[in-house]
Amino acid sequence: MQLTVWTYEGPPHVGAMRIATAMRGVHYVLHAPQGDTYADLLFTMIERRDHRPPVTYTTFQARNLGGDTAELFKSATAEAFARFKPDLMLVGASCTAELIQDDPGGLAEALDLPVPVVPLELPAYQRKENWGASETFYRVVRALAGPHAPKPGTRRPPRAPDRRPCCNLLGPTALGFRHRDDVREITTLLDRLGVDVAVTAPWQAMPADIARLGDADFNVVMYPEIALTAATWLTRMFGQPATKTVPIGVGATRDFVREVADLAGLDPEPVLAAEESRLPWYSRSVDSNYLTGKRVFVFGDATHAVAAARVAHEELAFTVVGIGTYSREFAREVRDAATRYGVEALITDDYLDVEAKVAELQPELVLGTQMERHIAKRLGVPCAVISAPVHVQDFPARTAPQMGFEGANVLFDAWVHPLMMGLEEHLLAMFREDFEFRDEHGPSHLGVTARAPSASAKSATADDPAPAATVGPPAGGGTPTDEAPDEPAWDPIAEQELKKIPFFVRGKARRNTERFARETGVAKITVETVYDAKAHFSR
Amino acid sequence: MATTVGCGDAPVLREHGQREVFCGLTGIIWLHRKIQDAFFLVVGSRTCAHLIQSAAGVMIFAEPRFATAIMEERDLAGLADMNDELDRVVDRLLERRPDIRMLFLVGSCPSEVIKLDLARAASRLSQRHMPQVRVLNYSGSGIETTFTQGEDACLAALVPCLPAAGPLDPPSLLVVGALADVVEDQLRRIFEALGITRVDFLPPRCSSALPPVGPDTRILLAQPFLGETGRALEKRGARRLDAPFPLGAEGTTLWLKAAADSFDVPTARFESVIRPGRDRAERALAPFKARLSGRRIFFFPDSQLEIPLARFLARELGMQPIEVGTPYLHRQHLAQELALLPASVRLSEGQHVENQLDRCRAATPDLVVCGLGLANPLEADGMTTKWSIELLFTPIQGFEQAGDLAELFDRPLARRTRLVA
Repeated sequence: MQLTVWTYEGPPHVGAMRIATAMRGVHYVLHAPQGDTYADLLFTMIERRDHRPPVTYTTFQARNLGGDTAELFKSATAEAFARFKPDLMLVGASCTAELIQDDPGGLAEALDLPVPVVPLELPAYQRKENWGASETFYRVVRALAGPHAPKPGTRRPPRAPDRRPCCNLLGPTALGFRHRDDVREITTLLDRLGVDVAVTAPWQAMPADIARLGDADFNVVMYPEIALTAATWLTRMFGQPATKTVPIGVGATRDFVREVADLAGLDPEPVLAAEESRLPWYSRSVDSNYLTGKRVFVFGDATHAVAAARVAHEELAFTVVGIGTYSREFAREVRDAATRYGVEALITDDYLDVEAKVAELQPELVLGTQMERHIAKRLGVPCAVISAPVHVQDFPARTAPQMGFEGANVLFDAWVHPLMMGLEEHLLAMFREDFEFRDEHGPSHLGVTARAPSASAKSATADDPAPAATVGPPAGGGTPTDEAPDEPAWDPIAEQELKKIPFFVRGKARRNTERFARETGVAKITVETVYDAKAHFSR
Repeated sequence: MATTVGCGDAPVLREHGQREVFCGLTGIIWLHRKIQDAFFLVVGSRTCAHLIQSAAGVMIFAEPRFATAIMEERDLAGLADMNDELDRVVDRLLERRPDIRMLFLVGSCPSEVIKLDLARAASRLSQRHMPQVRVLNYSGSGIETTFTQGEDACLAALVPCLPAAGPLDPPSLLVVGALADVVEDQLRRIFEALGITRVDFLPPRCSSALPPVGPDTRILLAQPFLGETGRALEKRGARRLDAPFPLGAEGTTLWLKAAADSFDVPTARFESVIRPGRDRAERALAPFKARLSGRRIFFFPDSQLEIPLARFLARELGMQPIEVGTPYLHRQHLAQELALLPASVRLSEGQHVENQLDRCRAATPDLVVCGLGLANPLEADGMTTKWSIELLFTPIQGFEQAGDLAELFDRPLARRTRLVA
């Protein structure tokens, strides 16, 4: 049993819904009690879809449990088929129906429907949303493309010389983080390179499109969490190679262009030479100097976290102080990345662990999910969202990809805007005592979210050795740790001096000073100690 | 146009099929803010945790007073003793939140299906953590409860804990059903002015302030979905006052009148006390009546507030309810509401969402009241919708809120007329 306040991922059947909803001509019958229909609103409200997800919920009740739940499943399936006339049916169970073991696959088979029916076994007590999406996509690809696979050992015929190379884009789903815009950006990029997109899947694909996936020359795996399993199977069955680079950031996009050019037998140089991303220049512009060494904490799904860390490190000259993911299936990739930045990876789906880590590391910027946005808000740290789980704000009206050269521009804006602007930062630091500078106001560009650290954040800064205890009750937190017996005492004048430091670094300054005092055996912190500590810790 | 009034004996369309409604767990979203020292621990699956998080719409800034103990494979396979696991989770939780005085273990679909005995777990945990924390349980599972029935189950679980009223205590009034604090305060002032001195509210704002109950307690339901709670209170000897629900000027007047009559408040005093509020409500409603009168409205089932709302909209704003769907029709508690509803209304109970959508499209109403899963698809079809969950998350009861309530129905229509692009 796991105590959970917020979850990063929904259950696996929500992953299946993301596949079904992304596609056209598909209907998913989910054996589930009432209430599970809440999942519809993820699509109609968060993504603002103009159609209900193509899902029928059997809606069994306690009184059905005696024995007619199987019958209910069959009638719901038959009725859904008659009403929606899909080209492909998916059938499966949600967590509750898994316990009553009605075998949706077998029951649907007995109905002898005139279209393919793919049964989904998604163990709800072991697995989560992304796995469910990946498994569903793989099952659909296997069922529909499988019959077209060449005999084992057959060599792929060479591409006709008069045809442009073509590939499939695999992985974009409904409710994905900027998938809509990434598809557009990557399709354009591939076109400039001279590569056509044969099928994008599951995004807006028909079952017939899935059946012809094997025709393309290679696959672009946009989101490994969703598409790697299916792509690996396609490589095995159709001899289709797949890309490994996820083109997020300028460097990764360049690598991606080279990788695709290599797979397609094309010259990458014209596209690389014509690259239009503003990120490299903006990052070299003198005003970006203040970004140097900004301490960032990165958390998200594995793909976005690893990519974000690379952009932060290589393209914005930030210092990655922590990286983590909730995608246990891709923990290895994140651990490898962590090693590159000399930090320890945080692999967890426990929101409280992440909050404790952010409180402990005191980063100057958090690149995370909507959950980290809340953590950062509470701790008074700027934050930019880089990954699902998604929120209505992650479906902006404008096109805002994460991938490709335009995606890199979006990253620059999205990550740099929440940070203190250079000169304003200096003025705030120099003229703390200007009566119009008030901590609670914060810098103008942070709007209303900027605020003095709350009580719980304060306790977090003072309670370094036991981060688990720092995320206590929002009200009444913070007092017990303030007066720990072995803490060095603050001279009132030193305390005054500390107040001249802007609030957003004051927590760190306080913590560093106290740590310095402890380590050097200073019992009473004076103004001298504050500056000794500053010299000691200055980078 | 003369309309026949009264739906008391009208036939009800009962349907079975897909229900596009929340389960009872959703009530935790408002209950955890109402009872300020209570914590709600759902014993369920990842789906349950995801539901509450998603239904809340936005994640709440402060740490919420609810969480989910997510059952995992090892629990179900018997590799871990579920009760030991639950004890461990509760210990960890109470350690983190020493401010909690009341803990609800909330049953879910999976915990009900595997027959996890949460009543026993609650009594075991209560023994372990009393007097600091009282542990109770109820079911918010979707196989047994629909949306607001979760609040009913929660309040019903509280009833056995209510202290017995002393034999010499004066008769008291117990207002049942979670209300916004501001509404509670308004109602309290009115009761005081009426001379009804002993008034309590269930749920209380704090778990240590549980109201007493006994044969001299009169209960006035503030919400239409409290069938179980009403029954449990009646079993404790309390007497339910029959009334419509306090929505709109008329509804609030009749609701207050039921209390006043029971406490022998003279008519003249009643009139003088409520007149200012009722007049204000009527004044607030007038402009909306001009805009909403004659508009046709269709209710999908959601919170069980549908019938009282339709009554308010029909009688005080002149709207025409076409179909009023409710997840469950409690004839006894709604008797007075049904009697006031126009006879032309089609009542439906339960749901077959596809059939109901067909009926809705065929009826081409001016306004559709529905859940969040249906609203945008219907808007995209050209219909105007009002999300029903807002009717639970907004103070709508009482005189001072009558105008706000009307505005909730007017806003989507007004928006349509303003938008030109």
